[in-house]
Amino acid sequence: MVPLSWYLALSAVLFTIGAVGVFVKRNVISIFMCIELMLNAVNLTLIAFSSFYREVSGQLFVFIVMTVAAAEAGVGLALVIAVFRNRESLNTDDINLLKL
Amino acid sequence: MMEQAFFLILATLAVGAALSVIIQRSPLYSAFSLIGVFACLAGTYIMLKAQFLGAIQMIVYAGAIMVLFVFVIMLLNIRKEETALDKYRYLWLLSIPFAATLIVEVLYTILKVTSDFTSLPEMAKRPEVGDSQSIGYGLYTGYLMPFELTSILILLAIVGSVILARREKD
Repeated sequence: MVPLSWYLALSAVLFTIGAVGVFVKRNVISIFMCIELMLNAVNLTLIAFSSFYREVSGQLFVFIVMTVAAAEAGVGLALVIAVFRNRESLNTDDINLLKL
Repeated sequence: MMEQAFFLILATLAVGAALSVIIQRSPLYSAFSLIGVFACLAGTYIMLKAQFLGAIQMIVYAGAIMVLFVFVIMLLNIRKEETALDKYRYLWLLSIPFAATLIVEVLYTILKVTSDFTSLPEMAKRPEVGDSQSIGYGLYTGYLMPFELTSILILLAIVGSVILARREKD
């Protein structure tokens, strides 16, 4: 039997790596992927608690988080394409203005 | 014992792949590493007896969302991250203590809080959750409203992304 704290520790490590990635990466798509990593770390926490407490709500939250992440990825990548068409760059230092 | 060894293998692979996500310069390699993280997490979900979400993780995340990422990366033909952080070298050095503080803080809290977590006897008597039956029952009874709102959100996201990515007519 794997203790609960191991799952939570794995989740914390993955979340920290994702948070560091958001600050370190300079490419918009890479930053997006780090956000997905953080979402997955939180999903692991929710599923671990749900499984240890035998309560289904946590897994339903994860289900909804996954659909919201899919929507976020769709809209976010459409924005990336629109930005790239106008700026010819995905570096966050080049797209620090909302104005065209 | 077997279970713990299996968890440790999965956790090591997941952390290694996650580090690879942020170390790789090329977004394409980052995306492939991220698929590895998702596969390892699907394994841990199955170890937690959340089989349905493990399958959804592979089908929706690794299958659909990451294919979308790879598709956009290849469409835009991004070679690698230009001009790393040479300008901001000192920020790199600054980021290490901050990340260390965050991880130590979170791990300390987790170990402190969960050291007195014991599986209560009434919890063990409850039925297992995580199969498609319990998830479906929950979604269509107590969580019907969020479920329907999520479907509206998905519809809005489809329309929004089509409008955003459309080429402007002159």
